[in-house]
Amino acid sequence: MAEATIKPLTLNFGPQHPAAHGVLRMVMEMDGEVIERLDPHIGLLHRGTEKLIEYKTYLQAVHYFDRLDYVAPMSQEHAFALAAENLLGLELPRRAKFVRTLFCEVTRILNHLLNVTTYAFDVGAMTPMLWAFEERERLMEFYERVSGARMHSGYFRPGGVTRDMPAGLADDIHAFCERFPQTLDDIEEILTENRIYRQRSVDIGVISQEEALDWGFTGPMIRSTGLPWDLRKAQPYEVYDEMDFDIPVGRNGDCFDRYLVRMEEMRQSLRIMQQCLDKMPEGPVRVDDQKVMPPKRAEMKRSMEALIHHFKLYTEGYHVPPGETYAAVEAPKGEFGVYLVADGSNRPYKCHIRAPGFAHLQGMDYMCKGHMLADSVAILGSMDIVFGEIDR
Amino acid sequence: MAELWQGYIWPTIFIVLQIVAVLVPLLLAVAYTTYAERKIIGAMQLRRGPNVVGPFGLLQPIADGVKLLFKETILPAGANRVVFIAAPIITFVLSLVAWAVIPFGEGMVIADINVGILYLFAISSLGVYGIIMAGWASNSKYPFLGALRSAAQMVSYEVSMGFVIITVVVCAGSLNLSEIVEAQRTVWFAIPLLPMFVIFFVSILAETNRTPFDLPEGEAELVAGYFVEYSSMTFALFFLGEYANMLLLSGMTSILFLGGWLPVLGFAPFTWIPGPIWLALKIALVMFVFIWVRATLPRYRYDQLMRLGWKVFLPFSLFWVVLTAGVLIAFDWVPN
Repeated sequence: MAEATIKPLTLNFGPQHPAAHGVLRMVMEMDGEVIERLDPHIGLLHRGTEKLIEYKTYLQAVHYFDRLDYVAPMSQEHAFALAAENLLGLELPRRAKFVRTLFCEVTRILNHLLNVTTYAFDVGAMTPMLWAFEERERLMEFYERVSGARMHSGYFRPGGVTRDMPAGLADDIHAFCERFPQTLDDIEEILTENRIYRQRSVDIGVISQEEALDWGFTGPMIRSTGLPWDLRKAQPYEVYDEMDFDIPVGRNGDCFDRYLVRMEEMRQSLRIMQQCLDKMPEGPVRVDDQKVMPPKRAEMKRSMEALIHHFKLYTEGYHVPPGETYAAVEAPKGEFGVYLVADGSNRPYKCHIRAPGFAHLQGMDYMCKGHMLADSVAILGSMDIVFGEIDR
Repeated sequence: MAELWQGYIWPTIFIVLQIVAVLVPLLLAVAYTTYAERKIIGAMQLRRGPNVVGPFGLLQPIADGVKLLFKETILPAGANRVVFIAAPIITFVLSLVAWAVIPFGEGMVIADINVGILYLFAISSLGVYGIIMAGWASNSKYPFLGALRSAAQMVSYEVSMGFVIITVVVCAGSLNLSEIVEAQRTVWFAIPLLPMFVIFFVSILAETNRTPFDLPEGEAELVAGYFVEYSSMTFALFFLGEYANMLLLSGMTSILFLGGWLPVLGFAPFTWIPGPIWLALKIALVMFVFIWVRATLPRYRYDQLMRLGWKVFLPFSLFWVVLTAGVLIAFDWVPN
């Protein structure tokens, strides 16, 4: 009798799939429900951001960063702003640094809320997601009040932030910090101790510390394996060195640890936010250099020089001295870096973006091998994939 | 001629009227179950649920039905047309015919057959055919996986469900549903057979493909499982069938464990309320738990579900069958 070879079931997962978190397409080769090979295909959301930035002034480029990881916009802007400031050699006023730190942490909660609860949704628990969206809406209102836009804020710019926080916002953020742990407790109550939830996430998608380092994982992905690597502590930027906060780490590097790390990071973010609010000094929120930041409007009415500055800034932009730099921030998803090459003109010569999700996604095949179809969804959810930043 | 009227036509008309009297309220109940589900889950998720169409959104189910009715039925090119169309019809019809043996009150039953419970069990088991046929006929991978899961799931849960039913039957001493209800005059079976009641409830969750056992349609991984390719009225029939099945199995739970049409307590004012209303209230209660579970729990994975069915429920229910029988014989409590 001739030996028959059984062809594996090839399943095309995405690009339109409720659990694909955007436009990921995965080609799975499966033996029944067990995944033997998984091939993530990217590029369906490619918009040529990096190339476009080469044709924009430094100020215009900021807004492309909002649209990368649209779940955590300000962190992206932050990396670009830091890179440009490195090249320009700017030192920010203290208040600007505090405002940035505060909003970085708002962004972190914004991101983790979405990720943790959509992950829960991927394994079938749908209620936490709607609870979290209620809170996210509040956070987005903070975004709106400070920058005028709920998502694509364009708030962190080279040289500081667009404008100071409006009156009363600090009090409202403080009130949020007081109340928000209750929501976190609710979410934990419905998930952490739930047997089904544990069965679906403990020991799923395990990755060892060495492997995680080899794949280039950062953020909660690497911290879940037990390595306390966090750029906020490792190479503090803004005022993180003045803040008192802990870095939660996991032990097993599985989906459950990643979930726990994110939950704890939200609580730590609240601590940082409270400290920011308590210690926030008075003062300007942008550098006093009118070659980079626009002059005050009142001044423009009186001073010819200010008017010229304003006109030049919003038409030609500012020229950045030649050089190259790499600036990285601990974005909620991991290390988000911007490698910027300036040639002395008003536009970046080259802007490379290091998106954490890109590195995470390449571990998909390794982490999913031998797991079942439903696990691949859980693993993908626990990676915190947003396609805006992967495809750029 | 008179004989023809006497012997055939009048009985036929009478039976048709009986069927209509059951089906119309049933279908209305199905429609408003979807409304209740959306409202209850909405409340649990801090949102409002349907509130635009009609007062309090009460016309929402009708609007949904009309929308589905007017949509185009899409037949995939690769599908086996006959089976593809037959599958939702089978699901829907099976979920309706089972109601024939459900006693709504004392003597209020279309077919008071003496093996009512077997009939009910058989019909609810046949439901899997609709799903398998849909999955196979769609000729598409997601529905196919959904159908396979469904088949495996039904098989693993029906065995323990069978054992649960055996314990009830042993305690009641009859296969007739009305007599099973009557046997609960003194105490509802949910109390002495509490563990079996729990197992039965979990099994009917699996039987109706509801959270946490909604693997055949597992939204996150299989998109919509076996009805991915369905649209319009064919989809609506699956949907109606699923909800009618939920109502049916809630009714079954009420009859087997919660005393069917019997009042909560056997004295006034509870006895003033007619039996069908008691039954409806109990069904509503079980349905509420169905919905509550859906809002709360994550979904099992395929192998975990099988493990739960075969390695936990099956031995446990088998043990309880033996235990119940032993207790009945030891204390000489065997009915009749």
